[in-house]
Amino acid sequence: MIEDIVKEIKKAVGKWIKGVTIKNSQRVYIDIDPAGVREVATYLWKDRGARYSIATAIDNRTNFEVQHHLSLDREGGAMVSLRSILDRDKPSMPSLAPVIKASDWIEREMSELMGIEFVGHPDMRRLLLSSEHWPEGVYPLRKDFKA
Amino acid sequence: MSDRRIIPIGPYHPLQEEPELFRLEVDGETVVDLDVEVGWNHRGIEKLCETKTYDQVPFVVERICGICSTSHPLAYVQAVEDAGNIEVPERALYIRTLVAELERLHSHLLWVGLAGHFLGYNTVWMWSWKYREPILDICETVTGNRNHYAMMKVGGVRRDILPEHVDYILSRLPEIEKFADLIKGAVLDDPVLHARLKGVGVMTADDIHDYGAVGPTSRASGVPGDVRRDDPYAAYGLVDWDVICVPQGDVFAKAVVRVLEMYETIKIIKGCLEKMPAGEIDSKPKVVAPGEGIGRHEAPRGEVFHYVRSDGTNRPIRHKIRAPTYVNLPTYKTSVIGESITDATIILAAIDPCYCCTERMAVYKHKGDPNEPIMTGSDLVRLSQEKTARLRKEFGL
Repeated sequence: MIEDIVKEIKKAVGKWIKGVTIKNSQRVYIDIDPAGVREVATYLWKDRGARYSIATAIDNRTNFEVQHHLSLDREGGAMVSLRSILDRDKPSMPSLAPVIKASDWIEREMSELMGIEFVGHPDMRRLLLSSEHWPEGVYPLRKDFKA
Repeated sequence: MSDRRIIPIGPYHPLQEEPELFRLEVDGETVVDLDVEVGWNHRGIEKLCETKTYDQVPFVVERICGICSTSHPLAYVQAVEDAGNIEVPERALYIRTLVAELERLHSHLLWVGLAGHFLGYNTVWMWSWKYREPILDICETVTGNRNHYAMMKVGGVRRDILPEHVDYILSRLPEIEKFADLIKGAVLDDPVLHARLKGVGVMTADDIHDYGAVGPTSRASGVPGDVRRDDPYAAYGLVDWDVICVPQGDVFAKAVVRVLEMYETIKIIKGCLEKMPAGEIDSKPKVVAPGEGIGRHEAPRGEVFHYVRSDGTNRPIRHKIRAPTYVNLPTYKTSVIGESITDATIILAAIDPCYCCTERMAVYKHKGDPNEPIMTGSDLVRLSQEKTARLRKEFGL
């Protein structure tokens, strides 16, 4: 079942896919080219009716990783995570917010806590940290952050 | 001539005991725009969890919310179990389900009460909160606490359900069912509530998909998403129950979903007590293998999401948490614009934004005769009178 869904995803947006890990029938991780994140996520969200759940940003020390998690609620409930690997020095990737409203807040959050730039986000204000009291360019969720 | 004004509600606002700032732009009586500001009480729990061991984290995440206090630990332990491929004994799965459903029951009653209070229908408020107490009694008997149960651990649960607990829960369920009937009648058969809540704050199925809204908020708009059924975990796939979903999308529909869900919850509790097998409650894992995992739980307010990455050491290197209100709150923009300012409160309350309200009296161990109360009712009255006298003196009244 999940193998068939992955096959269809590969057929539709395969040019952006670098690799697929099917951890089990309910968890799939797809490595993608960050440039194609909008196309792949839109395919899942719009064409397949997946629910945009949330995104996770991870500091791997050598690079940054952003995973967009979409839940295939209408097709067996598997969680598909789109993994983008970003450059350590200048982490940047296209924003999903112009297409998927649900990603608006989490991209603002990843931007301020992890320092990742989301190109094309319509409203990149801070979400959680105070714009008055928190300094610019200090990202608390990074591993090299010192309190 | 337009008469646009901004009405700020918050950050310490009277509706919910949680800091948030809503800027409602109104034209006369109609809300025309909205801006939400959060982050007034950001606690940095994700960062904190990276410094705790796998067994300490449940106690931290349990304190994210005082109402859905078992939802976060449940989603977290499932994420770790997914990451490290850890088995959980079947009995523990049933106990997890039982505790999570007891929590849903008292959380929904709490919401019904608050919604009644916001509407000025204080009978419903007092009834709901009064009848929530027997459920909290069950929680206290089974887990040792009314909230913050500390039941979840990686690999199983911390406490077993004893045979006398099963009898106790079964003996109290009939009265809870009776209260549910009472609340159902008071909410769903009240003509004033129909007039007040129908057609108010409507959200369509497309709005829900746009914002990724979850829980009763989505199920009241005809989107039948429920993690318990879509991606079954614990014992949800093993007992009989139904997803409640109605199509109208207004505030009344959200009340209908929550009230009817209470009956499904009672069904799940009964199913768990009936089918729970004997056996171990903890697989006692020693290490979490390197890997990544996702844990989800359908909390009373919707899907709770936890992502954990392990590098094989004793603490997570990344722990992402998403509470349901994070995706439900932005929908307020859709539901409130175009509505009257009078309805702004109840439309916000309809998503059941989560706040922490767990205040608990401490119980001390008695050194003398354990049957003797430490303080009698008249002692408490005396304490109160003494305090009033002290304050009078202090303010020269």
